Amino acid sequence: MIQFDAVHKRFPNGTTAVHDLTLDLPEGGVTVLVGSSGCGKTTTLRMVNRMVEPTSGTVRVGGKDVTEQDAAELRRSIGYVIQQAGLFPHRTVLDNIATVPLLLGHGRRRARSRAAELLETVGLSAEAGKRYPHQLSGGQQQRVGVARALAADPPVLLMDEPFGAVDPVVRTQLQDELLRLQKELSKTIVFVTHDIDEAVRLGDRIAVFRAGGHLVQCATPTELLARPADDFVADFLGAERGLKLLSLKTLAEVPQGPAPQGDWTLVLDAARKPLHWASKDAELPVRPLKDTDSLLSALNESLASPAGLIARVDADGVLTGVSSREDIHEHAGRAHTEARVAA
Amino acid sequence: MYELLKNLGDWLSSGEQWTGPDGIAHRLTEHLQYSLLATLIAAAIGLPLGLLIGHTGKGAFLAINLASFGRALPTVGLVVLVFLASGLSMTPVYVALVALAVPAIVTNTYAGMTAVDPEVKDAAKGQGMRGHQVLFQVELPLALPLIMTGLRLALIQVVATATIAAYVSFGGLGRYVFDGLAQRDLVQVLGGAVLVAVIAVALDLSLSALQRFLFRHRTA
Repeated sequence: MIQFDAVHKRFPNGTTAVHDLTLDLPEGGVTVLVGSSGCGKTTTLRMVNRMVEPTSGTVRVGGKDVTEQDAAELRRSIGYVIQQAGLFPHRTVLDNIATVPLLLGHGRRRARSRAAELLETVGLSAEAGKRYPHQLSGGQQQRVGVARALAADPPVLLMDEPFGAVDPVVRTQLQDELLRLQKELSKTIVFVTHDIDEAVRLGDRIAVFRAGGHLVQCATPTELLARPADDFVADFLGAERGLKLLSLKTLAEVPQGPAPQGDWTLVLDAARKPLHWASKDAELPVRPLKDTDSLLSALNESLASPAGLIARVDADGVLTGVSSREDIHEHAGRAHTEARVAA
Repeated sequence: MYELLKNLGDWLSSGEQWTGPDGIAHRLTEHLQYSLLATLIAAAIGLPLGLLIGHTGKGAFLAINLASFGRALPTVGLVVLVFLASGLSMTPVYVALVALAVPAIVTNTYAGMTAVDPEVKDAAKGQGMRGHQVLFQVELPLALPLIMTGLRLALIQVVATATIAAYVSFGGLGRYVFDGLAQRDLVQVLGGAVLVAVIAVALDLSLSALQRFLFRHRTA
């Protein structure tokens, strides 16, 4: 869908931002460009919609060389979300979202009704549409930024550190929303961040860049975490990369069984939903896990749980069984080995 | 002193002073006509110039230096100079008033344009706006509060200076000042000066209020 072919970018001041990049991003799925600041990830992204022109080499979107298309028309066909949202302060939220449909010459009424639809898609109230950007919180502004990028239903979405300026809690919410949206819309997304955890959470593929604009490795998150190409990538992924790998694996295959007898018993309510752990003289909270939860949260819960057991529930929260710390640990180890030897 | 103020009061409030070809109403209308026309011409020159410099970033040197140039310009000297070159007409007056107003308009327009957040301009371009669409849909509306400030300041300066029309034998409130001086009639001089000051202040206040109303949705 997006191809970089021997792309080189040198700025007038002599710095090389992107060095001989050849990269092929297939249709659908999220590719995260990650690296420390000044590694050329944003420049790479901005060459897709011609906000930056390559010094040499070719960038193609949908098979067509971007430099052979009219720059403004190209940009209208590609969604673009930037840090701080970059909303127009003099226009209402609704009119901000309607920007591209209006540029494309859709009537005002049609553009506004499309904008109202998107407001709902990104989880904002209809009432928010009448407000001005400065009247919204940072997280809400980012949602508007995403809605604006989606307004003309472009197949490609470029996101330049879109969640960089919001607090961690809101950031996690926005990441969840993006994953939910992506499930519905299946866009080809290129996402720039310097946060490796964000990259692992969102990416179907992660491209790691090193200073000087070199692409070091492009792989699925599991591959990247299990088999970093070199010390630079390994360092960038951090000391807990083994645990990060577990965040990508689910609990589904860990065996479960009835709760064994012991000092601690799992107390259930009438609907067989776990309430808490109880011993002769104490009570501790329980955090039940579903099959779709990660091995990392299972490991975490098994360490916190008094009997070293985790409570497993179905989608409705009804107990299906328990798993032991040992089973989880063994499974985690096996997941690691599999990921590391897989071709 | 008290005598003078009392005479001034009588002068301003007497009915006959307000009517006729030399009445206040007529002179006031003339004064405002000169001022508005001069400011309009200045805006027709200054606005495109300020927008162009702000949009392209070229010629910023000109925009910045025009301000001090405008302050240093001797208005009466300019009137006399153009008068000597072109003969007796309103042209010298308009040249001088326009020259006075243009710098305020250019520098404020330019300042408004450069104050637009580069991120917003970048976003506008990135959504697929062409150069003129960025200018008219984003930069101009965002620069508008400062542009209006420039126009308001220019108009106030022009109103305060339009008395020079009378210096070359035309009308306006300057008539009272120059005639009063010639006739050694201090009350008349003072009356003209007070009227000019009052309309300048009234225009400033009402236009400021209008600006506040128009841009009430904007943050600081």
